[in-house]
Amino acid sequence: MSQNLLGTARCIFKRDLILAGRKPADVATPLAFFIIVTSLFPLGVGPEPDVLSKLAPGVLWVAALLASMLSLGRMFAGDHADGTLEQLALSPHPLTPLVFTKILAHWATSGLLLVVLSPLLAMQLNLPTHAMGTLVVTLLLGTPVLSLLGSVGAALTLGVRGGGVLLSLLVLPLYTPVLIFGAGAVTASASGLDTKAYFSLLGAFLLLALAFAPWATAAALRISLD
Amino acid sequence: MYKYASPKNFYALAGRLIPWLGAVTLLLFIAGLYLGLYVAPPDYQQGDSYRIMFIHVPSAWMSMFVYMMMAGGGLVGLVWNIKLADMLATASAPIGASLTLSALVTGSLWGRPTWGTYWVWDARLTSELILFFLYMGFIALQAAIDDPRRSARAGAVLALVGVVNIPIIHFSVVWWNTLHQPASIGSLGKIVSPSIYPSMLHPLLIMSVAFFLFYFTVLLIRMRGEILARERHTGWVAEIVRATPEIRGTHP
Repeated sequence: MSQNLLGTARCIFKRDLILAGRKPADVATPLAFFIIVTSLFPLGVGPEPDVLSKLAPGVLWVAALLASMLSLGRMFAGDHADGTLEQLALSPHPLTPLVFTKILAHWATSGLLLVVLSPLLAMQLNLPTHAMGTLVVTLLLGTPVLSLLGSVGAALTLGVRGGGVLLSLLVLPLYTPVLIFGAGAVTASASGLDTKAYFSLLGAFLLLALAFAPWATAAALRISLD
Repeated sequence: MYKYASPKNFYALAGRLIPWLGAVTLLLFIAGLYLGLYVAPPDYQQGDSYRIMFIHVPSAWMSMFVYMMMAGGGLVGLVWNIKLADMLATASAPIGASLTLSALVTGSLWGRPTWGTYWVWDARLTSELILFFLYMGFIALQAAIDDPRRSARAGAVLALVGVVNIPIIHFSVVWWNTLHQPASIGSLGKIVSPSIYPSMLHPLLIMSVAFFLFYFTVLLIRMRGEILARERHTGWVAEIVRATPEIRGTHP
């Protein structure tokens, strides 16, 4: 491989986006899940607008979190099956930045779309309009953290039997801080409170995850490829 | 010292230590429970119900300590490739999970007389619950991977990611809890404050040491089992099997 690291990373990013575009159903399934789960809540708790607007921040965040988790399976599975992952591990470049690129591409085809979809579902759940911006910003800060933390779990469960359910057991406990502050910010904003502290904390989680998760994922991938 | 890093020598050493550790653990449990249940006076507010603290608090402390041991063992196994450290991590997980469960159950039973309900989303109980999920994830991951080397290394990475996250999870839950609930509910920290009477403090300390030694006793027993299972193709394990009539009967 004669390309430099940045060129290789750009190549991987483009490739992953093209592959996602060729299989739109894989991209759409978690989104459909997001829509269905949020639509089930009014059926379960009743259509009263007051109740729904009170539940909306939690419901939207939990649904987005589960949808993002469901999409984790395809982050490395295809590349593991056809041997691309071995080639990446064998490349002269360090594995960590390459893995980071893959996580970024995965987020762009899962988490980012959840963010775009969320205001529509928020209207459905009668979330106050002034909290809509907070919802989008918290999801924008929070879903990359979910992808980054989830990538460790996805790498560890690669090729393991019962991988899907196991993956949820591994990553859901780690998602709790993001859920607490993400949903907390939207609730605070809906009742007219200041949300600066929540944004700072979510930003801090994002920076921490950016610094450590790709590294742990690369280590986990090397173990799985062993 | 290095001699005992080999599974064979460690197996023999653990076998010699277990009866002594077990005996001391038993004596401490008897002393701690006697002092805690008979000698210590009833609490002026909580009556006798506070006595569950002598089980609850050591369980909660140990549940976190065992996770640290597990992650530490995982790190040593990952970096220096020491089989014994991997076995320590694997053997610690079910003990830690049981202690976490014990802390959860006793906490919930204690909650009934003091808070009037079995479960409150108290910060400490909630983070114990998440710790329990983390243990379950570790055990499930190791159980799902057949190759012992890969299983140990995957578990180690997960335990280390967990260790980084535990403080974050704990403080998030504490923050969340203060937002959602009035702080008037007595947290366990206030009960175990430094103002505690010596007659209540002594049994608590004795019980903590007892739980600590209990962990090491069970750890050694489990590690011996783990060693036998992983080294079953070696000559010295075959020797043990030949010398033990009960085992020989089932495995000709």
